[in-house]
Amino acid sequence: MNLTNSLTSFLGSATIEASNVDPTVNLPVAASGVFSFMWLLLALPVLGSALLLLLGKRADKWGPIFAVLMVCGAFVVGLFLYFAMLAESANDRPVNLHMWDWILVGNFEAPIGMQLDQLSMVFVLLITGVGGLIHIYSLGYMKDDPDKRKFFGYLNLFIAAMLLLVTADSYLLLYVGWEGVGLASYLLVGFWQYKPAAAVAAKKAFVMNRVGDVGLSIAIMLMFVTFGSVTFTGVFDAAPGASESTMTWIGFALLLAACGKSAQLPLQAWLLDAMEGPTPVSALIHAATMVTAGVYLIVRSGPIFDAAPAARDAVMVVGAATLIFGAIIGAAKDGIKDVLAGSTMSQVGYMILAAGLGPVGYVFAIFHLLTHGMFKANLFLGAGSIMHSMHDQLNMRRFGALRKVMFFTFLTFSSGWLAIMGVPPFSAFYSKDKIIEASFSVNFWGGLAALVGAGITSFYMTRLWTMTFTGKARWTEDNQHPHESPKVMLFPMAVLGLASLAAGFLLAGAIETWLAPVTGFEEGHLPISSLAMESISLTFVLVGGAIAYLQYRRGVPITPPQHVSALTVAARDELYGDAFNEAVFMRPGQWLTRSLVFVDSKAIDGIVNGTSAAVGGLSGRLRRIQTGFARSYALSMLAGAVLLIVALILVRM
Amino acid sequence: MTELLTQGLGEVTRWELPDLQYRYLLPLFVLFGMAVVSVLVEAFVPRAARRTVQLFLVFGTLIAAFILVAGLSGIRSLAGGGSIAVDGPALFLQGTILVLAIMAALLIAERDADPAGDAFAARANALPGSEDEREFTRRGWLTTEVWPLFLFSVTGMLIFVSGTDLLILFVGLEVMSLPLYLMAGIARRRRLLSQEAAMKYFLLGAFSSGFFIYGAAMLYGFAGTVDLGGISDAITNQAGPNGLLLAGVVLLSVGLLFKVAAVPFHQWAPDVYQGSPTPITSFMASCVKVAAFGALLRIMYVALGGLRWDWVPAFWIIAILTMLVGTVLALTQTDIKRMLAYSSIAHAGFLLIAVIATSEAGLAAAMFYLLAYGVSTIGAFGVVTLVRDSTGEATHLSSWAGLGKRSPWVAGTFAVFLLSFAGIPLTGGFIGKFAVFEAGYASGAGWLIVVAVILSATAAFFYGRVIVIMFFTDPQEDGPTVVVPSAFTAIAIASGLAMTVVLGVFPQPFLDLAEKASIFVR
Repeated sequence: MNLTNSLTSFLGSATIEASNVDPTVNLPVAASGVFSFMWLLLALPVLGSALLLLLGKRADKWGPIFAVLMVCGAFVVGLFLYFAMLAESANDRPVNLHMWDWILVGNFEAPIGMQLDQLSMVFVLLITGVGGLIHIYSLGYMKDDPDKRKFFGYLNLFIAAMLLLVTADSYLLLYVGWEGVGLASYLLVGFWQYKPAAAVAAKKAFVMNRVGDVGLSIAIMLMFVTFGSVTFTGVFDAAPGASESTMTWIGFALLLAACGKSAQLPLQAWLLDAMEGPTPVSALIHAATMVTAGVYLIVRSGPIFDAAPAARDAVMVVGAATLIFGAIIGAAKDGIKDVLAGSTMSQVGYMILAAGLGPVGYVFAIFHLLTHGMFKANLFLGAGSIMHSMHDQLNMRRFGALRKVMFFTFLTFSSGWLAIMGVPPFSAFYSKDKIIEASFSVNFWGGLAALVGAGITSFYMTRLWTMTFTGKARWTEDNQHPHESPKVMLFPMAVLGLASLAAGFLLAGAIETWLAPVTGFEEGHLPISSLAMESISLTFVLVGGAIAYLQYRRGVPITPPQHVSALTVAARDELYGDAFNEAVFMRPGQWLTRSLVFVDSKAIDGIVNGTSAAVGGLSGRLRRIQTGFARSYALSMLAGAVLLIVALILVRM
Repeated sequence: MTELLTQGLGEVTRWELPDLQYRYLLPLFVLFGMAVVSVLVEAFVPRAARRTVQLFLVFGTLIAAFILVAGLSGIRSLAGGGSIAVDGPALFLQGTILVLAIMAALLIAERDADPAGDAFAARANALPGSEDEREFTRRGWLTTEVWPLFLFSVTGMLIFVSGTDLLILFVGLEVMSLPLYLMAGIARRRRLLSQEAAMKYFLLGAFSSGFFIYGAAMLYGFAGTVDLGGISDAITNQAGPNGLLLAGVVLLSVGLLFKVAAVPFHQWAPDVYQGSPTPITSFMASCVKVAAFGALLRIMYVALGGLRWDWVPAFWIIAILTMLVGTVLALTQTDIKRMLAYSSIAHAGFLLIAVIATSEAGLAAAMFYLLAYGVSTIGAFGVVTLVRDSTGEATHLSSWAGLGKRSPWVAGTFAVFLLSFAGIPLTGGFIGKFAVFEAGYASGAGWLIVVAVILSATAAFFYGRVIVIMFFTDPQEDGPTVVVPSAFTAIAIASGLAMTVVLGVFPQPFLDLAEKASIFVR
């Protein structure tokens, strides 16, 4: 009897009965009753964003409040849907709302509709719930920003796109949501465009996400060619019958897409720069929701990965590598948001790792996604609260002793800190430990990565916590007067703080039962007892935390020391992620464009340059070009005619 | 009289007047008649009132013609003594041409965008830079002879997509083209470039017409008829010498491929698109493309369908070359009009896939594609007319930098058109490409589709580049301004935008319409 199960059975909550449920028999039924109103989920934030962005300055006064109401309204709709879904029996829960037929060409059909099942449902609640809280928080955080209305318009746009992504009933519609969240993310990262760093970061996120999107579009094309359908039901029904090589290609393409959106290796570099956006954005988009879209995509595509073991293994490797990679970066950075960004990368790595385990891991990937959505949003909001009171100071070397002046923030942040480390009974203790156990039951190395990652996580989070809240104050008095944030910001932090504490405990056990009909679930088999496993991982956590506390409790110098280990130097430079991008993507790209320009200007298209030079108005030169080129054009037509003749004669022969 | 003649000549075969079926030809007659009236307006109405009268006349005529065409829907018949088809493809394409012509006419009618007046020279016959020119400009004269030319050209296009014998097709081709040569040369600004464009277009157009008519003669030599159905029968029956047939097919194709700007018959397009007044460019890039593809499809499907295995390989080469050259050269253009010209060349390549498919699905796909491409094209050129500096339109790409920051609406609209050209989902361009690729794939041209998909992904890059320039770079210090146009241009751009989005989001009714209209009468 392990610790988790003893807790859940103490609660009397469900035991796992739905193992090995076949997801394919679980077809969605047409929406009726409450479910026929699920379009409201999308309509409310769309309305909010449309009014705020189209009405312009006229909406300045009431816009932000309106946007908050729209998201909270969507949350209420989500709750209604959730309870209606609870009332159904497990196999009748997925519902489909057909809207219209987008394309019917030949034998290809692309209906447009929403699909709500247990998996989408938890996302809907997470997105609208955390989204609503962050909207409220932003009322305080963005209070003095002149473009507040636009900010809320973009936030609503993001919520709409993200909801579309998780409620789409086909890959095609999912793609629309996928691009929509990318757009919203781009707009919000670059929201403070006047800062060059923000504009550059937005551009970088945009470009790197396109690389991932190519993967998704290739996957969709392959599905269309292979199955003649891009709806979830159509693809999953046909998936077991397709050849393994095709499925592997589709799987790899989906993995590429997930890497782009979820900042996994090798497309991870944009996430740290994306921290240039306003902090509520980092909390909502770059921690709680959008970056987890890749996890959703992989879990949703379970039947595809079932038929493509190689692709599934690749998912696992990417997840394991990124979770270590991100954690190392997090351990060396001095900016509070940079540490959290590295941490996000690493935690999403955990989810991807779990998703790469197959039915053993799917539910835990989603479980960790939910708890992470809450505690990471909480941590970011805490960081935002600190920045808000310290004139956007990010450098932790200038913090210290903030516990005294911002006690409330200290409390909520500490609950997030305990939660992410996985100290029992806080949330990641349930979700992350399940991933470590499941990994060990499938692959030793994956499990080891997850275990070591837990130790590093504990190290960097304790380092952050210690440098920020304890020790002596290193902030200078000149323009930094840390003070507690306004109530409108503290309220969401309090809610998320409580959620960080309790979510894992409340969801453990129940989440498996809830998700198993959609994702399937198998119990993993560990070589050692669960209790032993939990003790080992707890040891890693405590040791990691203790090292950090001992090292940093006496404070740190304000300028970062230069004589440090090679790993620290590398980690400060984000493990050379940018250098890699530069060498692999940017230079060849530049070389390619340059050589194209060269070919164009020297060989093919001298004409073009000639003509555009003539635009200046040199009539004599123009006449010379004119006679010369009409003749050469005619010659080329003649050559074309000869080519055609030759081609026709060759065919005849 | 006739009786007297026949009596006098004895029992000669009695020549019967063909039944012209005027009702079916009414749209053509209305357009042609009103074009003639429009000439008379130029001659007799006082200068001050001319523009107003012409505008009422042109828009009235186009709308009336559209209603008449729409009224014929569902009819499948031959009219005009068997030389004009009234069938689904003809009516669909005529309707498309008329809609696009109305949008282009709105751009032509604009005169608020340029402080000097509309897009056309005060007097086309004044030498550029001469004393006369300055005088005419000072008087503020406006050129209205563009209107009768415009109506004649539209008439030619309607004939070109419905003609069922090679001579009528040739008449349509010339009635369409001759006014275009003139219209290309009457730009108000950069007149030398405009006149150069007109001259080139005329010379090369005449050259290509020569190919066309020579090809028609060869085919007549082979089949003994110029009727498309008759040629088809002759091919089935192996009626004549093969040499004449093959030569005829090639020469005829060259004439048509020139008009659609397929490689290597494309070189006129960038020069002419760049030099012509932008509203005329929009008319050429959309309506001419529709008309030429209409004729190409009809000839290839109806007359030469039986010879498919002979010309399809050659068309593969042409299609790949066209997509490749259009895409690759568009990548490095620095002038927005030239870039759109190369883009239109690339689109011709994609459309050739539908010609190669030679199936009902291919025809339907091509018709939808033409509609989606046409509305976006006119919208895009409409936006080009709005971005101006002191010398007129600022077409150099560098001056579009940062447009999205200064005029987010205009830049956003242009971005939608570019996305449609690139074939991004939720735009008409995507559905069009999708339908064409689907039809091509179904007809067995799998590798061609692979090439097309790769090239269309590459093409997305240069459209994306313009979006990046507009939204991601900083505006120039003394960059161009976006002028506020009158309702004419605004309506044209707005309807282009609306149709691009509607065709992308609710394409089904239009796809159904194209599908229903996808059988040629013969």
